[in-house]
Amino acid sequence: MTSRNLSTQLRALVVDDNMINRKIHQKMLNGLGVECMGVANGKEAVDVHGYGQSFDLILMDKDMPIMNGIEATKKLRSMGICSMIVGVSSRSMDVEIREFMEAGLNDYHEKPLTTAKLASIIHHIINTK
Amino acid sequence: MDKVRLQREAAFIRSSLLDQGYLDEQFIQLEELQDNDNPNFVEEVVTLFYTDSARLIYNIDQALLSNPTDFTKLDDYMHQFKGSCSSIGAKKVKNECNGFGEYCEAQNYDGCFRTFQQIKQEYINLKKKLETYFQPSYDHIYAYYLISPYDLMR
Repeated sequence: MTSRNLSTQLRALVVDDNMINRKIHQKMLNGLGVECMGVANGKEAVDVHGYGQSFDLILMDKDMPIMNGIEATKKLRSMGICSMIVGVSSRSMDVEIREFMEAGLNDYHEKPLTTAKLASIIHHIINTK
Repeated sequence: MDKVRLQREAAFIRSSLLDQGYLDEQFIQLEELQDNDNPNFVEEVVTLFYTDSARLIYNIDQALLSNPTDFTKLDDYMHQFKGSCSSIGAKKVKNECNGFGEYCEAQNYDGCFRTFQQIKQEYINLKKKLETYFQPSYDHIYAYYLISPYDLMR
């Protein structure tokens, strides 16, 4: 695990309508040396990219109001966003996961995320940069 | 007050909550996130959980009062509530939610209503136990153990 005092120079966007999950995932990522921002739905995720922000990692929840994770992922990919997008959800049916992956995810994890899972994702991003 | 003793008792309460299945590994994950910058992180998250989930519980209560019952809406609200329970490691409450989902799928109103009363009871039980854990005091410890002050000082 990255030292809490060491910045990875990475930026992450946490997209989740549940503020508890946003708080926890942002704290986990901060602990891994990743700078974070949180938004509450897919539309806000698309909008922040439209305003010129970029991220190395996007944690995308599936079920959100206004614009869900599947729609947001498709939209971001159509905008040319190449960031690593990791889908997260508590739904575990294969057909739902497949639909989410086919929207353009790089990876999918079931909630709740752990620091170990996130560390593995961060290390993958660092190694492929 | 004997701070060390209170801390020891708080640690014992935490172990009990884990052993008795009220909490799971996710709660330990949250505790491991606490540091000098956020020494009360877990308490903040739990407080946020009880504030936010009150809204969901109200929504489910209202949905159960509606006629006809919208089982899709009920399932959505419960999915959100269950997700929050899972995020803080509220194992017993989360497990009760599984039963509710099955009754929703079967469009069994009585099952949904009955299970939701159990969910609310477990939710309140956990809240009381976590309050004891986060703010240990001799009064809380006596209440938790249902013992007299003299027993604790032995």
